[in-house]
Parts: sequence; C-alpha cells; structure tokens
Amino acid sequence: MPDAALDPWYLAWVLVTVFAIDLALRALPFAALKPLRASALVRSLTVWMPVGVLAILAAETLRGSLVGDPGGAVSALVAVGVTVAVHLLGGRRTLLSVGAGTFTYVLLVNVDVAAALRGLL
Amino acid sequence: MTVSTTAAPQAPPGPSRRAEIAAGVRLSLAAGLGMFPIGIAFGLLVVQAGLPWWVAPALSLAAYAGSLELLLIGLITTATPLATIALTTLLVNFRHVFYAFSFPLHVVRNRVAKAYSVYALIDEAYAVTAASRDGWSSWRLLSTQIAFQVYWVGGGLAGVAVASVMPGPIKGLEFALCALFVTLTLDAARSRGQVPSLLLAGLAFTAAIVLAPDAALFVALLLFVLLLLGRFALGVLRSRRGSDA
Repeated sequence: MPDAALDPWYLAWVLVTVFAIDLALRALPFAALKPLRASALVRSLTVWMPVGVLAILAAETLRGSLVGDPGGAVSALVAVGVTVAVHLLGGRRTLLSVGAGTFTYVLLVNVDVAAALRGLL
Repeated sequence: MTVSTTAAPQAPPGPSRRAEIAAGVRLSLAAGLGMFPIGIAFGLLVVQAGLPWWVAPALSLAAYAGSLELLLIGLITTATPLATIALTTLLVNFRHVFYAFSFPLHVVRNRVAKAYSVYALIDEAYAVTAASRDGWSSWRLLSTQIAFQVYWVGGGLAGVAVASVMPGPIKGLEFALCALFVTLTLDAARSRGQVPSLLLAGLAFTAAIVLAPDAALFVALLLFVLLLLGRFALGVLRSRRGSDA
C-alpha cells in the first residue's frame, strides 16, 4: 500500500534537489579544471588518481558486503580471491572474472557449505 | 534501419562509427553485469518500501547514482527534510568531483552529447575509462554511457515488474559491483609506477574506516587527494633541492 502521507510535491522536490546537486557535482569540476589542464599538478593527479580511486571503490564495496552480512565475510574474501585469480590467469577478460567471482559469492552465501560437506562425507 | 542506408551516401559516417558503437557497448557489458541485478534489487526495494513504482525510473533519471538511489528510498519513506536529502546527496556523490581529472570528456564535440556525457558520469563510466585510458572516441564513450543507463533504468523497471511474483532479490548478486572494481583496479595497476598511488589509497581508506566509518568513501577519497597533493609537493621540493646542489 502506498503511504497515504506521501505528498507528490515532496517527491517532486526530492527529484529536483537531487538532480541539481548531482549535475553540479559532475559538471562544475570540468569548468574549474579547464584553465588548469596544462599545469604540472593537474597532469600528475590525472596519472596518479585513477588506480587509487578504483582501489578505494573496490575496498568500499567489499566493506559494504562485509558490513551488510558479517557471516559472509569468508565468502566475500574467497570470492575476491577467485575474481583476482581468474582475472590474472584468464587473460584479463573482465566479464569472465566478474562472472566467476559473483557466481562464487552467490553460491557461498546461499548454500550452506559446511552442511553440504557433511552430506558428502 | 532503412534511414541509415539512404542517408549514408550523402553523409558518410566514417567507417569506424559502427565499430566504435560496438566497442562502446562491449566495454559496458562487464559493468552491466553488475548494474542490471542491482537495478532489479533497487526496483524491488522501491515497491517493497510502499513507494509508487515510477519512483524507481524517476530516481534513476534524476539522481542516476546507484548507491545514492538506494539510500534515498529509506529517506523518502521516512519523509526526511529536503535539507538533509540535499546534504546527503552532496556527501555521498562528492566523489564525482574527482572524476573530472581524467574522464575523456574532450573527445565529445557535440554540445548536447557533451552535456549528456557529464550528466551520465557515473562510477562505472569513470571506472571503465580509467581502466582503459586510450582509444576513446565520441561514439564509443556515448554508447558506453547510454548502455549503462539502459542497464540501470531497465534493471529498476524489471525489479518493479517482478516485485509481486518474487519473494526477494537473489542474495549476493550485488557482489558483482565489488568484483568489477577489483578487476578494474588490477587493470589500472599494471605498471610498477602505480604502486605508490595504490599504497596511498590503502592508507587513506584504512584511516577513513577508523576515523569516520559512516562516511568512509567520502573521507577516503578526500584523504587520498590530500596525500597525492603531498606527494606532488614532495616531488617539487626534491627536484628543487636537486637543482640547487
């Protein structure tokens, strides 16, 4: 049931607010950086930033999995290991690596591995 | 399409246009594998929270930032004041400020296309361009970005559609996003010269989860940039001392 208290104007203002702030955050840095393109500092940051930002995003999404499901910590770490191994050994085919890592994680968090092993023995 | 065959002789699109669009879509697939399932989860959550179904596509067009949209579901259902929503948006998405440094926006010439490219500069778009730095053309970049939005909005609509028949999202599918960032980090870290940046990023993230676990992403990115500024200053000092000696 939709909430009776939910005001369509409130929803509209949320959409407008979020749109304006998001677009400003994405657009303003381009305008600000334009005259700085040639500077040594900006050129250094352009080379240094991507790998670190990607690593931080990877760490944060991993932390999200760990915080969201503390019981699945081992599953998440195993799945990261599978992702890295498949990526480095499988010729850096991203779709394959992401698929293998995700499949591993989904399998581990949905199947009771200990019980399955007991059943096998 | 018949239109393109008749228009082709007058305005040759260049032999590479189709290839560029195909390459752009191909580059979007791996991230799409993560975005589509998370989009489904997002659509399911919108309906389960008691919000009208159209809130899912509306947020995906207005905010177009997955982590923020998932947060907004909770904030909207509790009728959070607009000021709080504005501040949350600013903090959660502040990381986009850093993306302008290396996003290849300069390859896009058309003004409308450029505006769309900026609007659609999501984590995944930045990540894909950061991982493979060269070879971007206007058609390739735009087709990657449009494909991303199709995956995300489509996933949300699919989630809304199956909300009534499915008991819940498949547990653990959201891990695809983490796996994607892991592979992209590996691709960006191929040369030994990237090791200092990786170490500084690790330092920034560790400090962030200790100092501000609730805003770890924001603080980690801020610290990382500060550390890089320090690294640059150190390099300038060293070269100056070297030229003096």
